[in-house]
Amino acid sequence: MNILGIIASSKLGDAGDFESIATVSVGSGGSSSISFTSIPATYTHLQLRCIGRSSRNQNNGYAVISYNSDTGTNYSYHALTGDGSSALAQGDSSVSYQTLIYFPGALRGSNIFGVGVVDILDYANTNKYKTLRVLDGYDSNGAGYSSLGSGSWRNTNAITSITITEYNSNAFVQYSHFALYGIRSA
Amino acid sequence: MPKTYTPIATTTLGSNSTSVSFTSISGNYTDLVLVASPTTLANGEQFTMTFNSDTSSNYSATYLTGNGTTATSHRRNTQSNIIVDYYGAVDTTVKTVYIFNIQNYSNTTTNKTILITSRTGYAAESNVALYRSTSAITTITLAGATFTTGSTFTLYGIKAA
Repeated sequence: MNILGIIASSKLGDAGDFESIATVSVGSGGSSSISFTSIPATYTHLQLRCIGRSSRNQNNGYAVISYNSDTGTNYSYHALTGDGSSALAQGDSSVSYQTLIYFPGALRGSNIFGVGVVDILDYANTNKYKTLRVLDGYDSNGAGYSSLGSGSWRNTNAITSITITEYNSNAFVQYSHFALYGIRSA
Repeated sequence: MPKTYTPIATTTLGSNSTSVSFTSISGNYTDLVLVASPTTLANGEQFTMTFNSDTSSNYSATYLTGNGTTATSHRRNTQSNIIVDYYGAVDTTVKTVYIFNIQNYSNTTTNKTILITSRTGYAAESNVALYRSTSAITTITLAGATFTTGSTFTLYGIKAA
C-alpha cells in the first residue's frame, strides 16, 4: 500500500511502499546482540520495530544501536522520558551507541515486554550525518517508562548494517523480536 | 520485497457513535497500527481502548505529557480499560490525531504492550500501555466518548518477513 499518499512507480516498488527487509526472533538461549547486515540502499528510510525484554537482574534493561560495526564514540542521543511520576530529559554525547530503548529487566513481571519504533531517516545518504527518532517504553502495572528520543551518528557513510546490543552485556530473552522495514519515496 | 503495510479496515462515522470496534482481526500480521482522527460531541472528552471485550482490571499505562507549559509523567494501574490520554482530549471541531502501535498482537505467550501517541488541542503525549493477557488480540474497541460524524479510524497490519 501507499502510506505517504504519493502515487508513483518504479521497477523496484512504489513510492511510499513499506517493505519488510528482515526479522530476528530471539530463541530460548537468549542473545546479547542482534544484527541486520547487507542492508540495501534502495529505500529512503528504515523503520525498526522491536519487542524486547532483558535478562538483566534489575528493573530495567536497555537496547542500544550502532551502525556499520562502528564502536567509536561517534554517537549522541537525547530523550524525554516519563517514569510515571515525573518527566526527565536525558542524553549523552560522544558515546559508542546511538540511543537507549527501555526494556523491562528480570525483576519486572514475567511475560511483560517493552516495545520500540525506531525511524532511521535518510540512512543511505552519503552527504550528511544520520539521525534517528524513537518511541519506546513498557508498563508493568505499577512501574514503567515512556520515552521519545533522537540520536545522531556522526558519519556520512551509508548505513549498511545495524547492531542492537543489550547495554549491560546481558541478553535479550526469548520472544524478543526485531523487525527491519524499508520505506520508499518517490 | 513484498509490500507489508496493509489497511485492514476503515471506519468513517456517518453519525455519532459511542464506540468504534474492529472485530475478527486475523492473526496474519506481526503488528497492528490504528490511526484515529476523531471529534467528539463535547469538548474535552477522553476515550478508552479495550481488547477482546475484556473489561476486567487488566490494563495499566504510563503517560508522558506536554501541555504547553510543563512536561509531566503519570501512571494509572489496574484499570478496566486504557484511558488513552492523561491531559489530552478530543474536541467538537478540532480533529485530533492518535496513533496506536500494537506490536506482536497475536502472540499467545506474552502480555501486550501498546505505544500511544496523541496530538490534541490540550497536550502532546507519548504513552505506553499494558494489556495483561496472553490471548491474541482479535477485537479492538474505542469507547468512553461520543465520537461524531466524520471521525475516522483506520486499522493497518504490518507483516514482518
